[in-house]
Amino acid sequence: MLWSYCHSGTRKSLFNINTRELSEVVVIGSTASLKDEEEFTDILEERRCTTDLGYALRTFNPQPYKGAPSSSTSDLKKAVLESQYLRYIIALETGSSVEKVRQEARGILEEMSHNLQLGFIRLMAYTVNKVFKRLFRSIYVNMEGLNMLQQAIQESPVILMPNHRSYVDFLIVSFILFTYDIPIPVIAAGIPLASMKVVGEILRRSGAFFIRRAIGSDKLYWAVLSEYVRTIVRTGCAPLEFYVEGFRSRTLKSVVPKLGMMDMVLEPYFKGEVFDITLVPISISYDRVVEESLLALELLGVPKPKESTTGLFKASRVLQEDYGCMHVNFGRPLSVRQLCEGKINRSEYNLIPRDLPQRPSTEIQDCVNWVAHLIVRTQEEGSLISPWSLMACLLLQAPITTLTEEGLQWHGLTEKTLWLRKLVLDFRGRLNWPDSDVMSSTVALHHSIVHHKAGRVCLVQDGDPASQDPLSPEEGVMRTAAAVLMLVSYRNQALHVFVRPGILATAIHITKSTQKDELFSFFCFLRDVFANEFIFIPGRASQDFDEACSLLQKCGAVHMSEQEVTVLETGLEVLSFLQKLLQPFLDSYQLIFRYLCENGAHVFTEKQFLPAVQNLATKLILSGDLHTFEVLSSDTQKNVLSALRRLEAVTKLRVNNNILSIADPYFFGKYIAIDVLLMTEIMNKRAL
Amino acid sequence: MSGFSDNIMRLSGRMLSQYLAQRDWDGKLTRAPHPGIIPTCSIVILSDNLPKQEIMKWNGWGYSDSKFLYNKKGQAEFTGKRYRLSGMIIPGLREWMESTFGANLQHKTPAAPILNSSAVQPPTLNEAFLKELKSTGIPFSHDAEDRVFRSHGHCLHEIFALREGKIGRVPDLVVWPNCHNDVVKIVELACKHNVCLMPYGGGTSVSSALECPPEETRSIVSLDTSQMNRILWIDEKNLTAHVEAGIVGQDLERLLNESGYCTGHEPDSMEFSSLGGWVATRASGMKKNIYGNIEDLVVHIKMVTPQGVIEKSCQGPRMSTGPDVHHFIMGSEGTLGVVTEVTMKIRPMPEYQKYGSVVFPNFEMGVACLREVARQRCAPASIRLMDNEQFKFGHALKPQVSSIFTSFLDGLKKFYITKFKGFDPNRLCVATLLFEGDREKVLQHEKQVYDIAAKFGGLAAGEDNGQRGYMLTFVIAYLRVVLGFKYTLLVLDICRNVKARIVRECKDKGVQFPPLSTCRVTQTYDAGACVYFYFAFNYRGLSDPVHVYEQVEHAAREEILANGGSLSHHHGVGKLRKEWMRETISSVGMGMLRSVKDYVDPNNIFGNRNLL
Repeated sequence: MLWSYCHSGTRKSLFNINTRELSEVVVIGSTASLKDEEEFTDILEERRCTTDLGYALRTFNPQPYKGAPSSSTSDLKKAVLESQYLRYIIALETGSSVEKVRQEARGILEEMSHNLQLGFIRLMAYTVNKVFKRLFRSIYVNMEGLNMLQQAIQESPVILMPNHRSYVDFLIVSFILFTYDIPIPVIAAGIPLASMKVVGEILRRSGAFFIRRAIGSDKLYWAVLSEYVRTIVRTGCAPLEFYVEGFRSRTLKSVVPKLGMMDMVLEPYFKGEVFDITLVPISISYDRVVEESLLALELLGVPKPKESTTGLFKASRVLQEDYGCMHVNFGRPLSVRQLCEGKINRSEYNLIPRDLPQRPSTEIQDCVNWVAHLIVRTQEEGSLISPWSLMACLLLQAPITTLTEEGLQWHGLTEKTLWLRKLVLDFRGRLNWPDSDVMSSTVALHHSIVHHKAGRVCLVQDGDPASQDPLSPEEGVMRTAAAVLMLVSYRNQALHVFVRPGILATAIHITKSTQKDELFSFFCFLRDVFANEFIFIPGRASQDFDEACSLLQKCGAVHMSEQEVTVLETGLEVLSFLQKLLQPFLDSYQLIFRYLCENGAHVFTEKQFLPAVQNLATKLILSGDLHTFEVLSSDTQKNVLSALRRLEAVTKLRVNNNILSIADPYFFGKYIAIDVLLMTEIMNKRAL
Repeated sequence: MSGFSDNIMRLSGRMLSQYLAQRDWDGKLTRAPHPGIIPTCSIVILSDNLPKQEIMKWNGWGYSDSKFLYNKKGQAEFTGKRYRLSGMIIPGLREWMESTFGANLQHKTPAAPILNSSAVQPPTLNEAFLKELKSTGIPFSHDAEDRVFRSHGHCLHEIFALREGKIGRVPDLVVWPNCHNDVVKIVELACKHNVCLMPYGGGTSVSSALECPPEETRSIVSLDTSQMNRILWIDEKNLTAHVEAGIVGQDLERLLNESGYCTGHEPDSMEFSSLGGWVATRASGMKKNIYGNIEDLVVHIKMVTPQGVIEKSCQGPRMSTGPDVHHFIMGSEGTLGVVTEVTMKIRPMPEYQKYGSVVFPNFEMGVACLREVARQRCAPASIRLMDNEQFKFGHALKPQVSSIFTSFLDGLKKFYITKFKGFDPNRLCVATLLFEGDREKVLQHEKQVYDIAAKFGGLAAGEDNGQRGYMLTFVIAYLRVVLGFKYTLLVLDICRNVKARIVRECKDKGVQFPPLSTCRVTQTYDAGACVYFYFAFNYRGLSDPVHVYEQVEHAAREEILANGGSLSHHHGVGKLRKEWMRETISSVGMGMLRSVKDYVDPNNIFGNRNLL
């Protein structure tokens, strides 16, 4: 009997490759990206040739996880409610009777639980298939990744971890897995989806389970949720899909991962309840995102429409549009056991019964954080960059008036885009570069953002008929901002390739130094400040720096010696492009720092902060002192605040108003106090 | 075998050479082990056994006449007359070996047949010590075979090296004290002349405890307790027996049985292991549910240390006199002194014994049943749960059946369990049971346990299967390499994880065939269980199989500890598991043990370097 007969054998070989891959990634960053000649298959092609109904009713006979019991949804709920963990937590809840608390827990579980049913998967597949065929020209999937997933699923509990850029991708993974006879995942979703009439229920029966947004300190809720998630992982009854970024990225840029779910998912491994867990990063990339215009408005403070079924139907006009292609890239399965080897000591769980809650050590927390960042980075590396993203990078570097008024020369733009394409390849980015007539078709696809006429390309500004009234200058800024932010989000899709060399370019630009160690320390400083903006794997500053150096050297921008980094004449174009690419972030951060320091706004609420920054920025844009619109984005503003809190320049306090509040949370205010000294220190240190 | 590789070798049809007896033991030591040394005391051996060395393998487990081999027809056979399986043909074994490991007759690794005395380093003798020792008249030897025989336990690497004829540091001298006073004299002389003493009992250690520290420069003297094997008295009123510590388990039981008593202490090694060894390693017996482990059985211990003799002043069964000094002795693994005499609890022999077995649909159900048995505190004398792999192994060891009727019945049983009851032959597992006591109570007890088992889907599978399960325990050692033991609350998770880790590590280390990775729950406690892991692999194509084995074992042990298992349930620490002691008992704990050692044995006379 050879190894191939043995399940763990096959899986093992899967992981062997994967460790090698991973260690390379750990050493030099994005190695995986170069060999992107992987085969992608258009899964819609076949769908267009067969009947939808026939497809939906296909035989579905997946190979489940070998250790999984055949358990129903109600078994799962029962296991959760009867778990020693939950019984322990329920007993701790004082104030009402155990029966009442248990009732409450049952209620939470009912609200949360998925109710995966094959019939509804078929219905979902039928509908999704129809919709996708309308929306997209093609949906490309890498078959090799799917094959690896199929094997991995039989070996250990699998966690599917896609990025989240659009509502459309909510069911795409289930759709693909259904098509290829792989067990359908259960998916963590936000509770608002559940409240949609009919649709909420359909989603639930297609495998969605729903999590409240603001859980806060509701211990019982945490307990039910975490036990629910852990039970799914422990039993391996279905693959679990969740968005490690926590929510849909409004900026199309990767979001710093949230750790709550990640914790729950990994705990069964830490506690030895499963031998291993497999994480599968999935990168979904769009040529054009369905909600592009909503995203920009939302970032400017126009609230997103509430998820509702009627809203969904209204949105059906999006079906008339062409959204190009979609790529779904299934990454190599990662073994949690291998990822964590040497990083943690699992015996810390030996002294408390494993059924009971235990606060993980900082070692474990750091490890979870590291794994989460690694996954997001892997998602980034797996995503495909479209020609349009590159054009967006370039368009944004043109002066705004050129962009809005006379327009940019088409010829110059295409030439520069080709130049940038080469740079991306040098930087080992994955490109999605169809052969023929790329540029004009891509611009045509994005007719809502730019338009191409008479050899020039202009930004399309909101053609809302509301413009009967002449706009005030401030309204004009917002209108332009909406268009620019759309462009920004497409630029963001390519950002991850440029960030590390970009930061180095910025460091060179600012410090004017050629000393490697000086550059390194400034590189680290910027990396630290922007850690909420871009994804940096914790503890890998020097690898990031080395990666940046080697990439810049590779494209001929700098010459490296043991101690020195010298800029080459031929590299000025690259360096200036990179530095300009990150300039909006520097400008935005600087502006907000300035606002916080100068306006004496030492104590403020988040509610005051956002509009105040927006006002200041609008003023400065109008006066010509500020050249970026990105600071108007609430996402940037929030990132700055988080960064400052992380750097301990700002502290978040919850102040209880003595007169009004008697334990009524509505009267609690959120205050932000600023430590002026630290702030100045940061400013000084920057010396910008 | 490495685990099994060892086995495979032994199975490959090679006769192991008999150890050539040098001495003529016939109740008396009639000829000196070494010319020129005249024994001054004649020894009356109570056991009617031959002295061990002659009938034992020098480079493998157990009796020389008992081994697995392939006969001329290519069938596996277990030789000898000592076991129920002895002399039987085992038709299923070969196929099992081949399908489980890819082991076949074409690939054999012969063992070095005869000990080559020239490979043994000449002894480093301490002349002054030797001179005074001679004057005491205590028998001793520095013959190469005597020394090599006492230089090892039964860890894989030890046996493997012997089979390949590689011999490292061995004791320089072997002494055979005959009584407590002889030991006192030897220890005094050792202290006086700064000689290193290593107590030797049954030689069944699996923790590298008997390995001579290679860095030891002093003369190493192996103190063989085998001649101190008498029962000195039996106190029928208090139900205790006072016994010399060199007595071997089976002799102790047999002699007590003659008086109508037993200790009930039956570790799997009881054929060869000694009372002193049990005390020194905190041994556990199969029937501990009734009789207790060694720490429950011992009432009084006499130990000779460099500081003098330690013993309590009375034979009271319990004392509240500060920390129990017995607990410094139990588990001291020969680092503090030599245990010479022990008072043990004895029990009247049970009137009735009955084996039993239960088949469960899967291991999870089996474990759940064992927990329920523990919860109701109704465990029989022994209850053990084998996993599916071990069940299959047990099946492969079924001897050829003589009658068509029996084989028909077997077929019927199999049909009933797999087809009628729907058990998956690749998942089912079996629990073996042993009940003891008076007949009525046994039957009552049996019913209670079977009723519990039925609640967990268990089907009674007969006395014969149960009995064979226990016989296998003894026989398995001939095929063996045992891995680890541990003691834990989360039996299921740990079993799965450790087994999976073993498989994965073997694959990583280049083992070409999937290993056998199996476990069984051998003891249940109110608060946990003891799980025994076995693993074996075919080492064909590996350049350094022993190293691979050690790496895999190391990884498995790490996995056990990470999953909340303990370092050792009953084999002790020795040198094999020393590296984990600090994390196991904390730095303060280490300091406590260290300070005891420093007080009792400041010059490290008992220098086997176990434990700390």
